[in-house]
Amino acid sequence: MASAVTAEQATELRGFRSVQRLAYECAEAVAARLRPGVTEREAARMQRDWLRARGVRDWFHLPFAWFGDRTAFTGFRIPLQFFPTNRALAEGMPFILDMAPVHGGFTADVGYSGCLGANPLHDKLLADLRAHRELLLREVRERRSLREIYEDVDRLMVRQGYENRHRAYPFGVIAHKIDRVKDRRWSPRVLGFGTQALKGLASDALHGHRDGWSPLWSPYRFSDHPPRPGLWAVEPHLGFRGTGAKFEEILVVTDSRDPAESAFWLDDDLPHVRRWGKGA
Amino acid sequence: MSFQSVPSPSGGLVAVRERRVRTGGIDLCVAELGDPARPTVLLVHGYPDSKEVWSQVAGRLAGRFHVVLYDVRGHGGSTAPKPLRGGFTLEKLTDDFLAVADAVSPHRPVHLVGHDWGSVQGWEFVTVRRTSGRIASFTSMSGPSLDHFGHWIKRRLTRPTPRALGQLLGQGAKSWYVYLLHTPVLPELAWRGPLGRQWPRLLERFEKVPSGRGPQAPGGGTESASGHRPDAYPTASLPDDAAHGAWLYRDNIHARLSRPRADAHAHAPVQLITPTGDAFLSERLYDDLERWVPQLVRRTLPAKHWVPRTRPDQLASWITDFVTAHEPEPETGAERAALGGVAPAGVALGPAEKARRENRARRARDLVASGPYGERFGGQLVLVTGAASGIGRATAFAFAESGARVVAVDRDAEGVARTAEMARLIGAPQAWAETVDVGDEEAMEKLAQKVAAEYGTVDVLVNNAGVGLSGPFLDTTSEDWKRVLDVNLWGVIHGCRIFGGQMAARGEGGHIVNTASAAAYQPSRALPAYSTSKAAVLMLSECLRAELAGQDIGVSVICPGFVNTNITATARFTGVSAEEEKRRRKRTARLYGLRNYPPEKVADAILRAVVRNEAVVPVTPEARGARLLSRLAPRALRAIARVEPPL
Repeated sequence: MASAVTAEQATELRGFRSVQRLAYECAEAVAARLRPGVTEREAARMQRDWLRARGVRDWFHLPFAWFGDRTAFTGFRIPLQFFPTNRALAEGMPFILDMAPVHGGFTADVGYSGCLGANPLHDKLLADLRAHRELLLREVRERRSLREIYEDVDRLMVRQGYENRHRAYPFGVIAHKIDRVKDRRWSPRVLGFGTQALKGLASDALHGHRDGWSPLWSPYRFSDHPPRPGLWAVEPHLGFRGTGAKFEEILVVTDSRDPAESAFWLDDDLPHVRRWGKGA
Repeated sequence: MSFQSVPSPSGGLVAVRERRVRTGGIDLCVAELGDPARPTVLLVHGYPDSKEVWSQVAGRLAGRFHVVLYDVRGHGGSTAPKPLRGGFTLEKLTDDFLAVADAVSPHRPVHLVGHDWGSVQGWEFVTVRRTSGRIASFTSMSGPSLDHFGHWIKRRLTRPTPRALGQLLGQGAKSWYVYLLHTPVLPELAWRGPLGRQWPRLLERFEKVPSGRGPQAPGGGTESASGHRPDAYPTASLPDDAAHGAWLYRDNIHARLSRPRADAHAHAPVQLITPTGDAFLSERLYDDLERWVPQLVRRTLPAKHWVPRTRPDQLASWITDFVTAHEPEPETGAERAALGGVAPAGVALGPAEKARRENRARRARDLVASGPYGERFGGQLVLVTGAASGIGRATAFAFAESGARVVAVDRDAEGVARTAEMARLIGAPQAWAETVDVGDEEAMEKLAQKVAAEYGTVDVLVNNAGVGLSGPFLDTTSEDWKRVLDVNLWGVIHGCRIFGGQMAARGEGGHIVNTASAAAYQPSRALPAYSTSKAAVLMLSECLRAELAGQDIGVSVICPGFVNTNITATARFTGVSAEEEKRRRKRTARLYGLRNYPPEKVADAILRAVVRNEAVVPVTPEARGARLLSRLAPRALRAIARVEPPL
């Protein structure tokens, strides 16, 4: 990703796009199968099986599923609480499916928010995520410091009356870099995270540390640098009194001078974007 | 007969029609108000009372319902059984109820409301088979089912844990008058003698029941044609009512408590209203109620025993909500004619009817909000100032979650509209946004008029709006002082004076919460003006609490401490350049962000303070610590005050 989009990069982006689509298809398929009584563990298992059946062997992280007030990470103190539990889904409950499969060496990391039955509050949260998607892209194109953008997202959330829930993620990240992963026959996982992907992230962190940037987009000083070219999985996460909603998708950042080419969402044909299109 | 006509809330008189219903040798005096075509609400009085105890509630309900009241046998205008012994059993009282219900609403079930012994009777009516289909809903206040009570005692005696014994002893002590009423002759003598004469004064003194004989309360009724005060209470028949009513206890208490029925399950939805200050009944009595009532809605009310006299507005609103939720949707004229007002049994439901039933079930579910204090704040009107952000917004949301109707007030029109919108989404039945500067007296007066006219009297007022001001005293101009005092102090004064005045005039209690700050007792060289304004709010609240205690209006003052809100982003820093001010704002905002104490926790503290009527509530650990130090080691606080904050 050293220059503007070239033909070679276009092929590469196609690879990322297809695995991101696959992941969102998985999310939609599993969401359609969720019924009252299904537990988080079962939902996570369903995602895993669905993707394994379609050739996914490695993961950036294993699928997560959060139901009810766990979508807003209510009472989360330690990272182990992110893992799926036996919480059962009920009518009107919001849920989030979050998965990061690696397919053909390409990584995707997606987050899908949904709701079993009608929940006007959840609809409102989903609709309000649109402003965040627009704000993120606009400010990345302006080459603002990632830390400042993070704070602007924070301020927008406060204005909307929401809590920032991506703060609960490790390092409070709103986004992290993702990259290609070597296809290995054996790829063990540590605490749900694929070692290959972690290795990539660690090497980025090392290089970034030398050059003054970080593959983690956080509220801390180490993110006080302009957007680094590459692929960023961006995941703003809104929380409101026990209801949470997020999306997660890949933002492509290049070093092009043309603002429109300097940053763009990898794919605009995703469930949450289509939803806004319909609502507008 | 003093129940000639009753005042309606709109000020006019509602006509009362009286009739007599004969049953089992007894002549019952029945009064009716309102349109008989509307759903029937049947109000049953307690002991020692007559149907006049309901006059204020009945007047408020008469506009929407067909309201029926009757004197229980032996009370008021109804005749007494002869002999008295054995004439007051719950079985006979059930006969009376059925006779009245059949007379006033032959085709449709009635909505039953009972207070005290009226509620004890109501429980009997709603749990015996023969009334099945005659009761659409039951609202109970201050009167348990004797059968449930019997089981309650048995349970605690068979498993006498310390807690169970404590509950037994507690209720045992509260029931002292029941033992006295079981002595022969003496109660009758007392009631017909000195006790009967003193009763109105005792009620006023100990139960805070506004006297019907004293000077007219604002908004009270007018003289009726017969020269009686329409809301005269207690009535002249009190000594006889009380003497006869002693047999309610003697005929039923021992029999039911020793051998409670095992099948006392309610066949209609029940709304239980529990006054938390009831001197005669413990709140714990209703702990096992879910066992007996499949559809139970709980409400709590900070009041003493005689709620129909002291809280008529609140009761009327809860009864209206509950009755409406359990009434079929208004049907078309043709449908009503075809059904004759009664749903045919065993007939397959049409889609319209099915949708209506689902709708009704949903409305009934929505009656009590999901929040932790849904029982307490459901349907109450809460006004929060400074509600566009921070603690005010979180407080508005917390009340909304508890089912309160919310008026959000702020200068920031966009923010406050957002608060109201989100409040509606999380459970507020209604929420409004009002753009007002709390420091502007005229605007506040106007707001109060609008709120009173369109939304009602405020039950809980949260004066939360505030602005930050930091900088040395010698660099603080009088303009700066004016700005901070206008909002932080005058805003609170206007709110307390105008809305507190409305609360006091209504005479049904309420609560005022003022947001001060830990800076109210923690001096600091960095915040002279801010701390002064907040210290004034603290003392104002303490004085007001003393003044309004007699009117059941609680006053709490909240001292949050460092809470992550945008007060830092708008705070003014005196004595520095605009650029330096901006830098300091950013720096403070970051420090507060690092501290990251969420405003939601302050909102929780506010709701808790209202429920428990707490006086001064420091919230964050540092606020609590400073409060403790201010009492134990004020010199330590003074030393801290000299420290220049690291900005």
